[in-house]
Amino acid sequence: MENQRPTFYEELRGKGVSRRDFIKFCTTMAAFMGLEASGVAQIAKAFETKPRLPVIWFHFQECTCCSESFIRASHPIVADIILDKISLDYQETLMAASGAPAEAAYKAVMEKHPGEYIVMVEGSIPTENEAYCCIGGRSALQILQEAVKNCKAVVAWGNCASAGCVQAASPNPTGAKPVHKVISGKPVINVQGCPPIADVMAGVVVHLLTFDRIPQLDGMSRPKAFYSRRVHDTCYRRANFDAGLFVESFDDEGAKRGYCLYKMGCKGPVTYNSCGIIKWNDSVSYPIQSGHPCIGCAEEGFWDNGPFYQHLPGVAGFGIETTADKVGLGLGIGTAVGIAAHAVVTNVRKHKEIINEPEAGSEVETKKV
Amino acid sequence: MADRIVIDPITRIEGHLRVEIEVKDGKVTDAYSAGTMVRGIETILKGRDPRDAWAFVGRVCGVCTSTHSLTSVRTVENALGISVPPNAELIRNLMANALYIQDHVVHFYQLHALDWVDVVSALKANPAEASKIAQSISAWPKSSVGYFTDIQKRFKNFVESGQLGIFANGYWGHKAYKLPPEVNLIAVAHYLEALQWQKELVKVHTVFGGKNPHPNYLVGGVPCSINIDEANAVNAERLAFVGQLFQDAKTFVDQVYIPDLLAVASFYKDWGAIGGGLTNYLAFGDFPSNGYNNPDSFKMPRGAILGRDLSHILEVKAEDPEQIQEYINNSWYEYSKGNDSGLHPWDGETKFNYTGPKPPYEHLDFSQKYSWVKTPRWKGHPMEVGPLARTLVGYASGRADYKEVVEYALKTLDVPVAALFSTLGRTAARGLETKLTCGWALEFYNQLLANIKNGDSRTQNNASWDPETWPKKAKGIGMVEAPRGALSHFIVIEDKKIANYQLVVPTTWNASPRDPKGQRSAYEESLIGTPIADPKNPMEVLRTIHSFDPCLACAVHLYDENGSTIHEMKTY
Repeated sequence: MENQRPTFYEELRGKGVSRRDFIKFCTTMAAFMGLEASGVAQIAKAFETKPRLPVIWFHFQECTCCSESFIRASHPIVADIILDKISLDYQETLMAASGAPAEAAYKAVMEKHPGEYIVMVEGSIPTENEAYCCIGGRSALQILQEAVKNCKAVVAWGNCASAGCVQAASPNPTGAKPVHKVISGKPVINVQGCPPIADVMAGVVVHLLTFDRIPQLDGMSRPKAFYSRRVHDTCYRRANFDAGLFVESFDDEGAKRGYCLYKMGCKGPVTYNSCGIIKWNDSVSYPIQSGHPCIGCAEEGFWDNGPFYQHLPGVAGFGIETTADKVGLGLGIGTAVGIAAHAVVTNVRKHKEIINEPEAGSEVETKKV
Repeated sequence: MADRIVIDPITRIEGHLRVEIEVKDGKVTDAYSAGTMVRGIETILKGRDPRDAWAFVGRVCGVCTSTHSLTSVRTVENALGISVPPNAELIRNLMANALYIQDHVVHFYQLHALDWVDVVSALKANPAEASKIAQSISAWPKSSVGYFTDIQKRFKNFVESGQLGIFANGYWGHKAYKLPPEVNLIAVAHYLEALQWQKELVKVHTVFGGKNPHPNYLVGGVPCSINIDEANAVNAERLAFVGQLFQDAKTFVDQVYIPDLLAVASFYKDWGAIGGGLTNYLAFGDFPSNGYNNPDSFKMPRGAILGRDLSHILEVKAEDPEQIQEYINNSWYEYSKGNDSGLHPWDGETKFNYTGPKPPYEHLDFSQKYSWVKTPRWKGHPMEVGPLARTLVGYASGRADYKEVVEYALKTLDVPVAALFSTLGRTAARGLETKLTCGWALEFYNQLLANIKNGDSRTQNNASWDPETWPKKAKGIGMVEAPRGALSHFIVIEDKKIANYQLVVPTTWNASPRDPKGQRSAYEESLIGTPIADPKNPMEVLRTIHSFDPCLACAVHLYDENGSTIHEMKTY
């Protein structure tokens, strides 16, 4: 019965994708998943012979950034094909049907494909009072617990479903909990980040499709392929950290040269994610490359590990006795000279030609109460 | 007897929305809109560093991602008296422009189109005819017979597979669908193209903010530095990339979105008289061209319209306690001054009072409180916010660019100005302002290049970065035109920490329950009188609700665990 459903490869061909493009896609995915060349054939074979995987995607306490990230997946055929080719039978952001017909769609999957379908969850589950998140008059907890009973596995998208994210930050007013704390007996893959990187999301889906098993997970149930390296260790600015070259304030001379953001509060040293490797939105950039410290969004409880602009205590890396503060102190004098020189240059610039310059005295008065 | 129809979940929106309608003799006679999820982000913000707030409130919404972060940094800057450098203002504008264009395109194709476009009908289309129509309305190159033949074949295979995925259980074949098969086929092709395209423009956020969704913001400016002689900063290559992205966006909007919008609208002109609802419109204005503290320079003007009187634009002051008030008489909260009192956000209270049914439930009781959304009013009036409100304020203000696009659309569709006050008008206004936004983005971009060329590379004002420089107590307000409408944040800072933070959000204005006078808000009012061809498949309701582009995670943000904390904000 299963094979009556067209395979992924058949779908691709039906959509006019050439064999050559198909193999190219498989090669890219293999590279992302860190596979040897032989893995390409394995992926190709999987797509050629396996029927599409039914997927039910729920939204609970969330902001839809995971759905938005997912549709940003950058390999040409991922956004175009995987999005619907996994047979995305319930996804509130994208599905045509509303109301009862929408609910009928996921109930049909549960009935027709017991043990075969994947449940994907975006958002946390409130536990203080189930009425804090209701869909079709039923609570998030009721819906989730029923749906996972006969599923194959659960994918917890993003920090909300993996660790509770912002609504679970102190004092966690709604008792928001991640998926793995409210269900049991099913494998849960935590695809961390706020949101997860689009291509990581696609990579996890492809892994499930290809190997018919869940990827290797770390102690936090995150796929090792994407969460086994610290942002700090894969950061292109790491050499500056090792050399003691730091940004001391935003947009200073160090910032303009792309120095290390550790002193501005970068959580790269305690954050495991692929930002420095895969990067964001088709590898365009990642937070540090664009001048902002990592806020650690792929870690449990990162909202309460702040404030964001306060640097982490004593990260080793320069030698046993030296901390970033000491190294930075030695450099401070040189940097100060640089800033002074810059200020002089700035002052003689042609302000008149710069429209949008705030006029002197136009700044809002500080409101003292 | 009237039929009671429940639609829950409303899909193709952000968040959790339930609509119940009463239908009699084929028309909606009453309507109720309820937000059914809460998180409590304002409570979580208390006691935190104000400079961190943008990241927390950014997570209010990942669809209109970045818009709450922008509002938050403006709010904190207003409280602390910080002006940002011109380049930071321009970069913020560019990021907001990118959001508008991407978000509106995604709304039209992914969230709204299926209310008007019958995917299954596209299978019956003649690709040659579709090609002819496409070429007659646009210069977009992907319009050959072969192209439409391939698209049709792909969809045919998809439908025949029996696994319809996101298209399962749609309203296909519904008699309210009026497009010829060929136009349906064009729209289906562009649905796929838009899905593929939308991920490109957001790269503007990635260049300047490091990622999307949820790019980074910074109190005092923007986090990225400009250095045209450095690989690790915004340099010529990065700037050229941004320029290219906006050029491509303009092409897509001019050659795909706008022609499609007008083509589809021409078959649904009757919707120019349906779904108008409220007669009052509110816009905070945005896109400063000469500093955020100078609203006269905004590309989108600020103002309010009452009773559809386009000859009078009323002045809007969000900080005025007489102007904006929030009510909770039909929301699951309570106020110390009584259930029917209204409070300005500065004096706002958030005390939880869930009185709804225990899930699972069949119906909500509308004689009692029925939503997590509060009810804001402007001078006691229910107001519509969003693209239609902005376009009306811009048009009525006599702005040349607004007049040009509005008159072009009215002329092309051969409809009167009154057709703007409708579901069709709302959907059209969103497209027209997207076109305007494309033009503004290129202006801002060229100004940014000019500034850099003239030697100004500053992107950050650090003067008040250090909390030691802050006053013991400060208050601020930030206003933004989010893609979905007028958005405002309110902050009180005490002892370098957030003492109170409140948000009044576009979907709160539009989706809220009735106020103490029994006045309906925008969603509920707009549904009254809507024709329902088939009460079992009330697709017409979705058309109007989707025309507002609901964002419920934004609308519902207030909540306090035990009702023990009452936020109090005093006016200054």
